[in-house]
Amino acid sequence: MSRRLRLVVFGLGVSGIGVVFVLAALLIPRFGGGDHPYRDLAVPAAVARSAPNVVSALNFDQRALDTLGEETILLASVVGAAALLRPTTSEHERSIVAEDRILSATTLLGYLLLPVTLLVGLDVVAHGHLTPGGGFQGGVVLATGLHLLYVAGSYSTLVRLRPLTWYGIAEALGAGAFAVLGVSGLVAAGGFLVNMLPYGRFGDLFSAGTVPLLNLAVGCEVASGVIVLLAQFLAQALTVRATR
Amino acid sequence: MNMLVMLGFALVAAMGTAVVFTGEPERQAVTLSAYGLSLTVLFILVQAPDVALSQVAVGTAVVPLMVMLAVRKVRGRRE
Amino acid sequence: MNMFPYLVGGWLLLVGCLGVVRSRDLVHTVVCVSVAQSGTYVLLVAVGYQSGAAAPVQGEGTPVPGPVVDPVVQALTLTDIVVSATVTALLLGLVIQIAKLHGTVDPDRLNDLRG
Repeated sequence: MSRRLRLVVFGLGVSGIGVVFVLAALLIPRFGGGDHPYRDLAVPAAVARSAPNVVSALNFDQRALDTLGEETILLASVVGAAALLRPTTSEHERSIVAEDRILSATTLLGYLLLPVTLLVGLDVVAHGHLTPGGGFQGGVVLATGLHLLYVAGSYSTLVRLRPLTWYGIAEALGAGAFAVLGVSGLVAAGGFLVNMLPYGRFGDLFSAGTVPLLNLAVGCEVASGVIVLLAQFLAQALTVRATR
Repeated sequence: MNMLVMLGFALVAAMGTAVVFTGEPERQAVTLSAYGLSLTVLFILVQAPDVALSQVAVGTAVVPLMVMLAVRKVRGRRE
Repeated sequence: MNMFPYLVGGWLLLVGCLGVVRSRDLVHTVVCVSVAQSGTYVLLVAVGYQSGAAAPVQGEGTPVPGPVVDPVVQALTLTDIVVSATVTALLLGLVIQIAKLHGTVDPDRLNDLRG
């Protein structure tokens, strides 16, 4: 198909979708209006289970089964990408060449920010049921934080302080822990992923039942998953070369 | 307040368009990162702090970095 | 004016698709797919917005003060943002493999190679 023909076909498709979309958008309740039936059900349910952050309560309690599906997609994508990016038989990993020296101010700032970022990441995971945040966001913050090592130090520092096998295991454990918590809900309270722990006092660190635990499991999985992914991309871009 | 929210939506639409019409993928990593930031601002404006946190970590750092590394790898093979 | 936010969501989807169709580089294609996908985030949070409502995080002591914006759509959006990043990574991994196998990432030239 030529580019021209492709654009014509696309134009026809787009005008169709455009018309249907505008017709559909006309039927959506007015932007900014007060008609939110799901909200009216979800907020009292979250408050009843001592979870101030309603979004976390939704993800890890009311819609926990759906989140299990989401994190399975995440696990599958990470495994798939890691498999695709593995060096093939016709490639070899170059030894890490001596890198250009970076500004000492950058190094200092990077090393100063590293513990701060990791702490923020942990805080975002641990308080996910109380304040904005949770396992998904905190996990990504933790994973990006670790890569400050690359900015501050060098690629070799990052490689030395990043035992990839362990992150692979941690990722699987995180995903497994989610499923185990689900099954324990089935055993203890008769339903998969039922919030079976005591809800505690509103606003406490140990409250909202299983929500913080599931947050932790997802945080572990997301952080390790993103680290494994970035490791494969960095290796491909920096050290893996075709054997001539 | 509503005016500000509308401006946020307009900014996102403009930035998204800019990403698509940035031809070279190496420059696209930069516009994509800026687009991620504009989405973050929008999510803050519409009172979605959880989503904004998710977007700022993923959209402005992780994905553009992966795009940049992929471009570097693909270009490196061509030379 | 009231429909504008929804239209922005639709626009992002369509402009992302346009980018995919016009693309001359598979990395560019993957980025355009992620722009098209972000249209769903914008549409979802727009549907959940209520003028003057607070964020769906309750303060300590005062559980339900005024109205909050719809947390359900936000929950859908935030997991999707993280998951879509890993799916983008998978696609970029495929692109790198294609570059290794065929020596090009131009979709048109890849078509010519077939046969």
